[in-house]
Amino acid sequence: MKVGIVQFPGSNCDEDAWFAVVDQLHEQAVMLWHKDHDLQGADVIVLPGGFSHGDYLRAGAIARFSPIMQQVAAHAERGGVVIGICNGFQIACEAQLLPGALLRNNVGYRSLSVTIRVERTDSPMTAAAPIGACLTMPIAHGEGRFTMSEAELDRLEGDGQVLFRYVNADGQPTPDANPNGSMRNIAGICNAGRNVVGLMPHPERAMEPLLGSSDGRVLFESLLVAANA
Amino acid sequence: MTATPRQGDPVISPALVAEHGLTPAEFDKLVAMLGRQPTFTELGIISALWSEHCSYKHSRAVLRTLPTEAPWVLQGPGENAGVISIGDGLAVAFKIESHNHPSAIEPYQGAATGVGGILRDVFTMGARPIAMLNSLRFGSLESPRVRYLVGGVVKGIGDYGNCIGVPTVAGDIMFDAAYDGNPLVNAMCVGILREEDLIRAKAEGVGNPVIAVGARTGRDGIHGASFASEDLSHDSDAKRPRVQVGDPFTEKLLLEATLEMIASGNVVAVQDMGAAGLTSSSAEMAERGDVGVVIDTLKVPVREQGMTPYEILLSESQERMLVVAHKGREEAVRAILAKWDLHAEVIGEVIAEPVYRVVEGDHVVAEFPGTRLVTDCPMYTPEAKEGAAVIALRARDVHAIPPKAEERDLAWTLTRLLSSPTIASKQWVYRQYDSTVRTSTVLGPGAADAAVLRIRGTTRGLAVKTDCNGRYVYLEPRVGGRIAVAEAARNVACTGARPRAITNCLNFGNPKKPDVFWQFKEAVGGMGEACVALDTPVTGGNVSLYNENPHGAIYPTPTIGMVGVLDDVAHATGMAFKAAGHPIVLLGEPTAELGASEYLSWIHGVVAGAPPACDLTRERALIDAIVEAIQGGYVNSAHDCSEGGIAVALSECCIADTLAPIGATVSLSPWDALPDRALFFGEAQGRIIATASDLPALLAVAAKHGVPAQVIGSTSPAASGLVITGAGRELRASLEELAYAYHGALERALSRAVSSELPVAEVTA
Repeated sequence: MKVGIVQFPGSNCDEDAWFAVVDQLHEQAVMLWHKDHDLQGADVIVLPGGFSHGDYLRAGAIARFSPIMQQVAAHAERGGVVIGICNGFQIACEAQLLPGALLRNNVGYRSLSVTIRVERTDSPMTAAAPIGACLTMPIAHGEGRFTMSEAELDRLEGDGQVLFRYVNADGQPTPDANPNGSMRNIAGICNAGRNVVGLMPHPERAMEPLLGSSDGRVLFESLLVAANA
Repeated sequence: MTATPRQGDPVISPALVAEHGLTPAEFDKLVAMLGRQPTFTELGIISALWSEHCSYKHSRAVLRTLPTEAPWVLQGPGENAGVISIGDGLAVAFKIESHNHPSAIEPYQGAATGVGGILRDVFTMGARPIAMLNSLRFGSLESPRVRYLVGGVVKGIGDYGNCIGVPTVAGDIMFDAAYDGNPLVNAMCVGILREEDLIRAKAEGVGNPVIAVGARTGRDGIHGASFASEDLSHDSDAKRPRVQVGDPFTEKLLLEATLEMIASGNVVAVQDMGAAGLTSSSAEMAERGDVGVVIDTLKVPVREQGMTPYEILLSESQERMLVVAHKGREEAVRAILAKWDLHAEVIGEVIAEPVYRVVEGDHVVAEFPGTRLVTDCPMYTPEAKEGAAVIALRARDVHAIPPKAEERDLAWTLTRLLSSPTIASKQWVYRQYDSTVRTSTVLGPGAADAAVLRIRGTTRGLAVKTDCNGRYVYLEPRVGGRIAVAEAARNVACTGARPRAITNCLNFGNPKKPDVFWQFKEAVGGMGEACVALDTPVTGGNVSLYNENPHGAIYPTPTIGMVGVLDDVAHATGMAFKAAGHPIVLLGEPTAELGASEYLSWIHGVVAGAPPACDLTRERALIDAIVEAIQGGYVNSAHDCSEGGIAVALSECCIADTLAPIGATVSLSPWDALPDRALFFGEAQGRIIATASDLPALLAVAAKHGVPAQVIGSTSPAASGLVITGAGRELRASLEELAYAYHGALERALSRAVSSELPVAEVTA
């Protein structure tokens, strides 16, 4: 598997994604500069976290116009896997690779450890995870309140596009477990084609027991399963 | 060549000189140096360079007494940041700096630009920033204005650090009415580099171009350095335009571009344009290299038309750097910056002639002979005399203060203390900071006495912490100075790290007042003693004086930023009890001391008595013992006893892990003869609460180092709560009540209304 990690000006989780892929999974990775037009043969594209273009105007709103995003969109259209983490999720929504919008948190910026529940395994990021698995990993964002109209949301749920929900210690999606006010505690989704995934939590920060959690591994390992399928 | 006035320059008058903060004697020295009257531009330059902030004119002589050397120190004071070797060819660059004055009047931008400035100090050394820390002091949270300041400062720090992608991992925060009008915002940055990539901000090579990099120069922050060198008053609010505005996105680009530029070998030296902007960065680089320099203000990229040389030289617009490149490599430097959408303009060059010259095209607007413009500043050794009021306060018999009726229940006192904002969990603050980006944070905020980061590619870890109890320093400066260093070292050691070096931020009042200068001299003396005893030299820092308002000065607060190294990061140890049934060991001993305690201040509103004694030989032994025990693998948890004493420390060990609290049953009967309040809440120094994974081995290590060690109880299931007996008293509390007090206090205190209005008392004073 070759993972292409897009570097926007202001990306700051690009290296973390690199270490997750290269040091932890021992897979290939390549950094893709936002001004370039070449995905360099990557099978999986990661839009990493950070503050692309300073998140000025609106998170992800400027990054979607970066030259490389044309190739990323084409890759997605061909059925190629695209993963958006945190700011990458915001960019994917702005670029309309994913439905919905990520609004300002109801409580301001939040950095803490959350638990998310895996809702579906038929996605490239959850293929190796058991349904209902509760995974602990950090969040760190100010604009992660997943929002869409109730009707669209019903359709999203009906089509099985909700992949992760914030849950409490008992695995329940309670209001207390919701760190940012996301509708129906949604932490991550996929597109209708199921090849584009976005999530606000940071699995790349939860790859080693030394750092407190290795629950993110299964999500990256899922990419491998999907790539080899 | 000689400088001549520009058309329209104001006439140099005694009033204008005074407005620039120069004394008549300093002005005379300037005239003697030039051999003529200065131009307006020259007056502006000297006003900035000879301000307290840039010149250290009242502090330099005292600072020289601090120890600065050790085999592992690669760069001591005098550079953008200090640097120590940590083995494997790796080095750590780190520095702490204040942004107190700007934060007092514009908390959000003041704090944000403080973070930006300290980041630049570290990455201009060729180091990649890996951690941020913040040491904050605020007034009483009863004041709506203080609550406004807290909210603004925390958001400013968070927004800047989060955007840059450097984790904010540790710090310390205290609240006391002494800081009501003068909050302290001290930001520390830690970076990592390969030893061979270390670059110094020293201009070299005649003919080499001087390049301005990054943001354009605007009219913001003009005379910020001079502003930071005077007392705050109601007029200060009118100086809000002197506060700069930060742009973390540009800084992130500047960070990446600078590291790439340094790695490319095209540059000789890099310096942040911080306080006093272009003036101090160019003068300081020239002075370090003992070379001349010429700057043409017409070539400096500006934000607006019509800026005078005076304005361009003194602007403190953020996210700018000054670079000396190798001649002929200008285009290579430009290309790297262009990749990051940043601009670079050649604005001057290094010259053989020993002068500091500023031209505006063909017109020389400033020219100083020699290359020692900054250190040629007059130096002062003000009168130092301890204030009578403090002597009286220290002498007070605090044991004679009768306990309140409620104190019959020790759990009442304990929960009150746990909800004191100074002691309470700082979760409300650190949840606004990204502490896990860069995937190296092993122990983040709230988990341990210091933060621990792993050093990628090695087995090593780095422990970092800031500390200073200003109340101790106020009541007895020398002892307080010692404790500030010793506590920071103890905190770092409790994670399993060997304390290695410090950076310091010396926050004091007006040095021209004898009692303030006494505090300064004594506190620095105490710090120096501790640094020698603990083998932690000073590698740099910053002095912030004039932290005063019409009501008086702050507590003298010499904030210490400590860096330590763990040989094996796998042994990194947190403060939380890990499981029931572990033996609890007290290293060090309680005493009858109660003076200067949080107990007296928070429960009784009394700031008096002598601070606890600080025996540096015993501190050293304690640190050696805990580091050896942790690295030996004999310890499950370690936490030092500080504000609130042993009862608070035990509570924190029980409830630090919010998901898995652990109870404890403790007997302090060996010290039954001590006064009960001192035993439970006194702040005797040199104590650590550790739980043992190998009790005989832990006790043997303690004995080897001559550290008193006593098994005082054991951990228990959470439902058993916390039980402490001693001095004929029993304290019994559920973990739920302790957690409610500790974890929610700050949020409850800050959820009340805020106001940016100055309190009436401060306006009329």
